[in-house]
Amino acid sequence: MNERMSKPVLSVDMVVKHFGKTIAVNGISLDIRENEFFALLGPSGCGKTTLLRMIAGFEAPDSGVIRLDERDITRDAPEKRPLNLMFQSYALFPHMTVWQNLAYGLEMEGLPRGEIATRVDDMLTTTDLTALAGRKPAELSGGQKQRVALARALIKRPKVLLLDEPLGALDKKLREKMQLELKRLQSEVGITFIIVTHDQEEALVMADRIAVLRDGNILQCGTPQEIYEQPANRFVAGFIGMMNFIDGEIGTDALFRAGGQALACDLHGLKRNAPAVLAVRPENIRLVSDGTGIAGTVVDVAYHGLDRQLYVKTALSPAPLQVRVAAAGPEEAAARTGASVSLGLNAAACRLFQE
Amino acid sequence: MSSQTARSNLMALPAIAWLGLFMIVPCLIVFAYAFLTRGLYGGVEYTLTAENFLRVIDPLYAQIFLTSVRIAGLATLFAILIAYPAAYAICLAPKRLQPILLFFAVLPFWSNYLIRTYAWIVLLNREGLINNALRWFGYDGEPLSLLYSEGAVIVGLVYNYLPFVILAIYSSLSRLNGELIEASRDLGASRVRTFWRVTLPLTMPGVAAGGVFIFVLSIGNFVTPALLGGGRFQMIGNLVYDQFLTANDWPFGAALGMVLIAVMIALLLLQARASARFSGETAEARHG
Repeated sequence: MNERMSKPVLSVDMVVKHFGKTIAVNGISLDIRENEFFALLGPSGCGKTTLLRMIAGFEAPDSGVIRLDERDITRDAPEKRPLNLMFQSYALFPHMTVWQNLAYGLEMEGLPRGEIATRVDDMLTTTDLTALAGRKPAELSGGQKQRVALARALIKRPKVLLLDEPLGALDKKLREKMQLELKRLQSEVGITFIIVTHDQEEALVMADRIAVLRDGNILQCGTPQEIYEQPANRFVAGFIGMMNFIDGEIGTDALFRAGGQALACDLHGLKRNAPAVLAVRPENIRLVSDGTGIAGTVVDVAYHGLDRQLYVKTALSPAPLQVRVAAAGPEEAAARTGASVSLGLNAAACRLFQE
Repeated sequence: MSSQTARSNLMALPAIAWLGLFMIVPCLIVFAYAFLTRGLYGGVEYTLTAENFLRVIDPLYAQIFLTSVRIAGLATLFAILIAYPAAYAICLAPKRLQPILLFFAVLPFWSNYLIRTYAWIVLLNREGLINNALRWFGYDGEPLSLLYSEGAVIVGLVYNYLPFVILAIYSSLSRLNGELIEASRDLGASRVRTFWRVTLPLTMPGVAAGGVFIFVLSIGNFVTPALLGGGRFQMIGNLVYDQFLTANDWPFGAALGMVLIAVMIALLLLQARASARFSGETAEARHG
């Protein structure tokens, strides 16, 4: 990996934050590189928003250091930090027009009027908001407000742009469109983005790197592909994408056994002769026709257009296995409730975990 | 008309009847009196005239009007200057303390208006607490004539109506979306600039509501000027009082009262319109 290639623009070093007795962030360290699109991903209450607010300067860490371009900014007031936050609620000033909202941050820098006007007009053009310049936030749709909030933060040309659930308030269609839009904008303006999200799909689509958080700790940090294909533990495996879990045990012969089946998997240093969980994604289970596979019965079928999701009851686990098959093709015949099928697991794509 | 609206109309009837009987009808009577001629020993004679309204703009009375506007205006200004920081401090306090602090702010209302006003006589007179305290600190000149002055009247008005103003501003401040403050800081504004550019503009509806409230109550007030002003000067309320009870000129008193009511209604309408325009914006900011 090219982890060490560029120096970090933002580094978080052993940051801890308590709220009363509960620990929100439990000694997190992170290096975020120049021009990176970085995602903090986790369920609600995992500490991702608290971490973002500490970077922005709205919460002070109990201990630890936050550095921007190698300068300690841990105790700096929010207005002194050359980074900007796009709020989940957008937090547009309701008494100002779109134009005034954009100009606000530049006025605070004490720029001359002429320059402010030029930069606001440029940003309005970039974000396709020129027609709305004179409107108040109350007169905008959700998607328009989102663009104004983004433009208002970007116009400051921050070192790092922080985005708190930026697409959370939008409907599904618009969200997918904006995911690509955000990614395009990020590469266009060349600013480091740190996005907080609970939506794993959003993180996978947009981010260059993802940190998965839970209970104030980072469980895994890596590229979307690493996290999807090589989850570090059972939680990450279950949180990202669809996953089947099969309880079993690793025998002395280094084979994973469950429901009378034995499977050769990468043990990557796990204990032998001990219980383990096998995780396998629906697309890594295939239907086999030669009768050598694991016998099962289709109990449910969900049609997704391009493919079908089969729920197959087997001896491997109490819960039916999810199997993804193409919607059209030779497997179509099996895709009906009640069909008897035979399954084959792609051993190379299986992951084993021990608690 | 559906039975639902019929029932709700029926339930509103007592309130409407009450307001009609004791508010609208008396107002209409006073309004009618304003166009009649004074009776010799009080009461009215039924001769129509507009002369009472012409007398209102007589320099003598216009002067009293202006004095009243000035006193009410100054009372409003001082009340806002005191109430805003107080409301702000209450908003900054922990959530569970806020109701208690508000309770203390409103506590003076639990005693009688007259007693509260008399208390200021005790404080302000030449042998009062303030002059005694000054002497105790070594001041040995002539005792200060604090009482029976315009200043004493303003102090009395501010003191009596301050809780209303605090409550009005507090309700505006407490509804302000805190993320707007953070957004302003994030965009590079200091605390002070954030206050002037975001907090104050967005809480102006509360300031306006509290301000109009104390102004309207002050401009028509006659008890405080009578007790703390000592009859040395008059406000419009005292003038109306005198016309009815001393000068026995009911029609002129009625005309003065009508002009006063017109001023108050105009102010309340302005304030209602301003806050309606604003509430759309702040409501939007909250759920935004």
